[in-house]
Amino acid sequence: MNSRKNPSPKKRPVNLDLSSMQFPLPSLVSISHRVTGIILFVGLIFLLWAFDTSLSSPHGFEAVQDVLSGNALAKLVCWGLLSALGYHLVAGVRHLLMDAGYGETLEGGKRGAQIAVVCGAVIVILAGVWVW
Amino acid sequence: MVTNITNLGRSGVSDWLIQRVSAVLMTLFTVFMVAFLLFHPHLDYAAWSGLFERTWMRIFTLLTLLSIAAHAWVGLWIVSTDYIKKSCVRLGVQTAVVAALFAFVVWGVQVLWGA
Repeated sequence: MNSRKNPSPKKRPVNLDLSSMQFPLPSLVSISHRVTGIILFVGLIFLLWAFDTSLSSPHGFEAVQDVLSGNALAKLVCWGLLSALGYHLVAGVRHLLMDAGYGETLEGGKRGAQIAVVCGAVIVILAGVWVW
Repeated sequence: MVTNITNLGRSGVSDWLIQRVSAVLMTLFTVFMVAFLLFHPHLDYAAWSGLFERTWMRIFTLLTLLSIAAHAWVGLWIVSTDYIKKSCVRLGVQTAVVAALFAFVVWGVQVLWGA
């Protein structure tokens, strides 16, 4: 670097230490809103399978019940999807409130993000209690 | 002006409205389903299939299915447009998403009215 001729006369600050940069909370809330959206899209196939099988016959209904009460992996998927849905819903309601004019300031945006994280965490815990 | 040709509403404002109306409908369905399941802790097949035999529930469920398809189309279009820079890959992903959503809607209709 130093051996090369530098066309720019000024010394510019270089920061390649990515760990020193941080996302502000509202952007973390936003990116996780996107991630949970993708998770829910993928999860649709499980929901439709459960919907189809549970309504196909009494036997199918029992099969879904058995999987959801006995299979640890199925419980994990169910909890994951409920959590993703709960968080995505909360973050979506935040959008609707901001559309209506609430929390549009910098401070309000931060506060709204904090409330969304707390509500999301509560739903994740409640979903876990429900599934197990 | 760039005209988008792969998003659902063909305009950002239209997509914005579709996203919000579908979100409200899905929220109502979610609240209803969670309440139904909580109030029926010992749910059996008769009560479960009885619920989906009612016309209003079929309409409500179909409306939710269509909302899911529209909402996921708009949402995944935005996300894929933001992150996938190569046009052919992006078009492929968006086509696959829309095809999958179409299949989910048809599957859901079959479950609701079929069998």
